[in-house]
Amino acid sequence: MFSIWMSFIYADDHADLSFQTGLRHILQDYNRKRQMKSSSTFPASLTEIKSNMFTVRRPFSTSHSSVDSKELKKFQLLAHKWWDEEGEYAALHSMNDIRVPFIRDTLLSMSSNYHLGNPLSGIKILDVGCGGGLLSEPLGRLGASVTGIDPVEDNIRTADQHKSFDPVLAKRIQYKSSSLEEIVEESMETFDVIVASEVVEHVADLETFIKCCSQVLKPEGSLFITTINKTQLSYVLGIVVAEKIMGIVPEGTHEWEKFVPPEELERLLESNGFSVKSVNGMLYNPLSGSWSWMESTSLNYAVHAVKSGAPAQSHATDTLPETDVQQRLATAGTAGTAGTVPDDTV
Amino acid sequence: MAALRGRALLLARLRAGPRAPLHSAASATPLYDVLVSGGGMVGSAMAAVLGHDIHFHDKKIALLEAGPRKEYDHMPDSYSNRVSSISPGSATLLSSCGAWDHVCSLRLKPFRRMQVWDACSEAMIVFEKDDLDDMGYIVENDVIMSALTKQLDAVADRVEVFYRNKAVGYTWPLPSHGCDTSPWVQVELADGRRLQTKLLIGADGHNSLVRKEAEIKNIEHQYDQSAVVATLHLSEATDNNVAWQRFLPTGPIALLPLSDTASSLVWSTSHDHASELVAMDEESFVDSINSAFWSNINHSDFIDTAGAMFHSAISLLKPSGTAVRQLPPSVAKVDPESRAMFPLGMGHATEYVQHRVALIGDAAHRVHPLAGQGVNLGFGDIACLAHHLSAAAFNGSDLGSLKHLLKFETERQRHNVSLIAATDVLKRLYSTTLAPLVLLRTWGLQATNALPPVKEQIMAFASK
Repeated sequence: MFSIWMSFIYADDHADLSFQTGLRHILQDYNRKRQMKSSSTFPASLTEIKSNMFTVRRPFSTSHSSVDSKELKKFQLLAHKWWDEEGEYAALHSMNDIRVPFIRDTLLSMSSNYHLGNPLSGIKILDVGCGGGLLSEPLGRLGASVTGIDPVEDNIRTADQHKSFDPVLAKRIQYKSSSLEEIVEESMETFDVIVASEVVEHVADLETFIKCCSQVLKPEGSLFITTINKTQLSYVLGIVVAEKIMGIVPEGTHEWEKFVPPEELERLLESNGFSVKSVNGMLYNPLSGSWSWMESTSLNYAVHAVKSGAPAQSHATDTLPETDVQQRLATAGTAGTAGTVPDDTV
Repeated sequence: MAALRGRALLLARLRAGPRAPLHSAASATPLYDVLVSGGGMVGSAMAAVLGHDIHFHDKKIALLEAGPRKEYDHMPDSYSNRVSSISPGSATLLSSCGAWDHVCSLRLKPFRRMQVWDACSEAMIVFEKDDLDDMGYIVENDVIMSALTKQLDAVADRVEVFYRNKAVGYTWPLPSHGCDTSPWVQVELADGRRLQTKLLIGADGHNSLVRKEAEIKNIEHQYDQSAVVATLHLSEATDNNVAWQRFLPTGPIALLPLSDTASSLVWSTSHDHASELVAMDEESFVDSINSAFWSNINHSDFIDTAGAMFHSAISLLKPSGTAVRQLPPSVAKVDPESRAMFPLGMGHATEYVQHRVALIGDAAHRVHPLAGQGVNLGFGDIACLAHHLSAAAFNGSDLGSLKHLLKFETERQRHNVSLIAATDVLKRLYSTTLAPLVLLRTWGLQATNALPPVKEQIMAFASK
């Protein structure tokens, strides 16, 4: 949620007038969250829940028996909050208003045969870090068959239970308590689309993560990423203002070093067999509780990248000379290996 | 900060009201994406419009109607006494689900002019379309129902209609459920069956059960008037393309064209007078109508003089003059058995939506028929709600989510409240013979009539 407060001040059109109100709002919001967290060490915000996902320590993974039952109970209280549209995850709910159309319209523009009443019909989507299923469900309603994975078992339980009341979604969505690495072997080139929304800023090793994405993605499959930039603005607003000047946040609360600049994400994607198609800035306005697109990618942003495939598939009908096709196949072959063999390039 | 306050209210709304415990064995109960309770004109149109929406291709819709199926194979010769004035906006909505073509092929009467005048003075206002466009249409309610039934049949794979059945009870879900209870609205039918739905739309009229069960407050008021309706025959054939309305101190009387020789009467008057009108013999009834339109018994010299002075002042300023007064046709006889009366009231629900619930039509607002807007407000609700639901479906959103329902509420309340208030003020302003008020409204009406931009605004608002 940290990322969201930062865009808050930035988002304010009437900064002069409401700057103080804005800060007060942040303060209240922050104190509320701190109170929730202070009593225990279990993750209490989205950032922290997700930060456990791909790091080495995974305190709530199923395989660990060290999970304290008291903490688990508290955690469950939070896990069910996924579906409170006005609660902790309100900003993620409202992010659906722009990220679902972004994914839908990008996929529709790449497809020649679709029905508007069922736009994602027949598309296999992997939702990495699905949480309570906030994004998996809308994609499922649009006709996609969705696999949602999340290492936190309580999240999967919440997601499973929530979809079970809707017979259509129950059929279209599968949830699995697992990390991306764990499913790579069984899901080689399985998915048409991967969605990693608000996930990569918590990933310990981003390059491995991208390689894994490439492996489970079909050739020419699409990868959608939304995340937060690492800029001076985020440092000023998040660390200097919130932590040092205002003193409302203990120093070192936020790991803004983990945030990913779009240039770096693009570089990693391109060097691992993806071709980046679009990068769009996103803006959250906490007053209206809504997201919108903007030019600047200095705060939140969304990326669409396509895994390089064999061009022969899409250009089979082209009247290219045979040698040209062979040449293309050869290049594609090398690009493909770079993407599918993790230890090849580093 | 208004937005923040709005969100605080929203939270209060989410948590307000006692909620019944939920039935756990809901898995066998059929689940619908949208359930419309009430299959009148508004409820049927709601179901038909959603059923014909491209983004609802894969959705399941249910419609509950207490009455039988209504469909004409051919039109009866006599006109029904229940008619509606359909605005161009409503006609567009009915076109969007294909029903308007059926209306046109069955029976309707367009009108191009509306003349409204005062019984206490010479003041009058004329609304007229400069071009040859229609201002609106007088359509029998049965014709609209028949057209909608045909269009519901066309999407029978998406819309399931339960005739001669109604809901007797609703069970609401917890606003942010703990994942172990059903998130849907449970509906109990009169025949004992149970259904569940992601979104319940209450189109069940001004005594809405949905509204009551959802504990939504309704501001209501019974007018001291009843409306008398009847089908009338004119003494001679005319173009008959004018809707006439005269404000009598006892209430407005309106004559709406049905054909070259027939018109429909809507006469709002005191309860006692209404009972008399319905009981009296046909000849006296016809005489009462003609004298209501023609008599100058309520005129006073003072008001007439003041009105004439104001009129000549306007003529000086605006020599091209204002619209010409036309004379209403005289009535020759009344269709036997066509007379009926019903009480009038106004009402407005303080909220149109809750978590998984939306109210449309008379369930949300009831108006005096003097502006001929009742069903048009309902059709306007449908156009707005269908627009937001269609967008929600295309975004893969939960259809019952308050987020888009609140957009519908804001848009419609803004429109409806102003129209309901204006109608109520007109009703009260014209219910008096008190000289200062009569003078005020006389001048007001004359001035408005002389100002085309104001009239255009009024027409644009009323034709939505």
